[in-house]
This record gives sequence, C-alpha cells and structure tokens, in this order.
Amino acid sequence: MAFGRSGKKEMPGITSSSLSDIVFMLLFFFMVTTQMRETENKVQVKVPEASEVVKLERKDLSSYINIGPPIISLQAQYGNEPRIQLNDSFKSTSDIRDFIAAERESKSEADRSFMTTVIKCDENVRMGIVTDVKQELRRCSALKIMYQARKTNN
Amino acid sequence: MAKKKTPAINSSSTADIAFLLLCYFLMTTTMGSQTGLQRRLPPMPDPNQKVQDQKVNRRNIIVVKINSADRLLAGSKPMDVSELKDEIKIFLTNPANDPNLPEREDKVVEGLPTSYRGGHYAISKGVISLQNDRGTSYAAYIAVQNELVKAINELRDDASMTIYGKKFLNLSEDEQDVIKECIPQNISEAEPKDVAKK
Repeated sequence: MAFGRSGKKEMPGITSSSLSDIVFMLLFFFMVTTQMRETENKVQVKVPEASEVVKLERKDLSSYINIGPPIISLQAQYGNEPRIQLNDSFKSTSDIRDFIAAERESKSEADRSFMTTVIKCDENVRMGIVTDVKQELRRCSALKIMYQARKTNN
Repeated sequence: MAKKKTPAINSSSTADIAFLLLCYFLMTTTMGSQTGLQRRLPPMPDPNQKVQDQKVNRRNIIVVKINSADRLLAGSKPMDVSELKDEIKIFLTNPANDPNLPEREDKVVEGLPTSYRGGHYAISKGVISLQNDRGTSYAAYIAVQNELVKAINELRDDASMTIYGKKFLNLSEDEQDVIKECIPQNISEAEPKDVAKK
C-alpha cells in the first residue's frame, strides 16, 4: 500500500501569495514606527561638524534635548529665538528636571547609570542657552552628556 | 484562440522583494546611529560647602577661552582654532621640560607592559579648562571641543604606537583602558559664574 499514490486527490500546495501581504504589513509597521521615533521636530537643528565623534553606545538609554530656532511654520507663533524642545513640545530650562526624572523613571534601575543626555543643538545657537541646560543637568546629576555632531573626515 | 490560457503571474517572489525592503528599513534604522562628542559634566558642588581652593598648580592649567566673537585665547595668547591642537599637544607632553608647562608624574600604570620603561608612564598633570561666553556660537564651541579631543586622541595614538605598535583604535579594550589612564582626558568646563564676570 503506497500511501502517497492511493488517492487521486493531490495535496493542494500552500498558497504563498498571502506571505507577501504579511511581510508587507510588517514592512509598513516598521516604516511607520521609524518615522514616529524621530519625534516631530519643532526646532530647526543643523548640528555642527566634528571629526573626532564617537558613536552613541546605547541608543535606548539616551534622552534628547533639542535646541534651536523654531521651524518656519511655528515662527509666527513662537518667534525665531532659539528654544528648547523636550519630547514634543517647547519647554524652558526649569522643565528639564521633570524631563530627566521622567526619563530616569522609564529606564530599568540597572541601566540608569548609563543614561546619556544627547544635546542636539543648532550650530548657530549662542552658548548661553546651552550653558543653562548644562547647569540644569548638573543640578539633576545627569552628568553623562553628548554633544551631537556630524562626522567629517578631516 | 480561447484555448490558450494566460499563465498566472508567479507571485511567490513578491515576498522576497518585500523581505528585501523590510531588511533595508531594519538596517537603516539601526545603522543611522547618532554620533557626537561625549563629555562628563562635573557634579554640582554642594551649596552648603564653601568653595575650596582648587589645589591645582598654575602651571598645570591651560585656560582656553572663547569670547562672544568666537575668538580663541589659549593660555595667554590668541590663536586660530587650527593652531590649538599643537598647542594642547605641547602643553600635555611638555617635551622640553619647561617649568611653565605641566609636570609629569612618573607612575606605575597597571597593565602597562613592563617592557616599556618597567611599566612606568609619565602621566601629565595638565588640565584643560574651557571657558566660554554666553554669546559664543555653538559651532565654535564644538570646533574647539573637537580640537581638544583630537589633540588627546593623537597623543593616545602616539603612545599606543610606541607601547603596543598599534593604533589606539586597533587595541583591545583593556589596552585602551591602559592608554586612557596614561593620557587622561582632563577637560574641565568652567562654572558659568566665571563666564559672567567677563
């Protein structure tokens, strides 16, 4: 008795046409989420260039402070003086404390000492506002910072 | 005429194409990592504690000042950003044993191969103090920071070439730590109150 040949019915092949749909769904998921992660930039930031940059080690443990003039569509409302953006809104230096505390809270206890605050600052910003931010960070003892910069080759 | 059927388009490859796209997005999102200059801020001094005299010898400090017009002053002479690196390298190595430049303390460095001066290394006590004005542009500030890091990186490269015969980046992690101990990155970012006085 040959099992395979006894019946005239053939095993229908599994249709793989739906596979592409599933993968496309995954693809769209990633496309959408990666765009979301970049948070809506409300400030224009063109980071300065530097040759001795290092890579950010733990991307998941970093919090971002954006500093720069508001984007053009928001300049009518907020003017063009450099502002600080935390998460998705404009904040002042006094809000940094809460921001850092919230960021700390969201990380596991073991990772908290590795937290890095990335200062993403426009190259035309004056240092005054950056100094204020740095002072506030020192007060919150978030001492590991990184000045974001683009890599150049010279 | 009607007997010939048009063959169905084979759709099994669409999955592969979609996978390729998926991989592309996965890769680009992780690869596009941020780069920058890493720094450690000094902890905030206790307000109840009186400011102690920093016991740093004058010869061991080089003050790098950037004013609101982005002009640079290193030590006591104005200079261009491009000259800063060599100035810092001379400051940190003190090749001529100048009494006005930082002293170098011969210390036993753990992990340093004994074939190199019996495990001793003359560690420079030099500290770079970076001061900026509130009006300094961020670009100039980063440019100066970059030059300082570049000077230190080049010194570390030189040291690892003489000790291990390899570039600093090609060393193992332990060896890198040894070199880092030999040539520390002592950059102090001054208190802003010093800045306000100007």
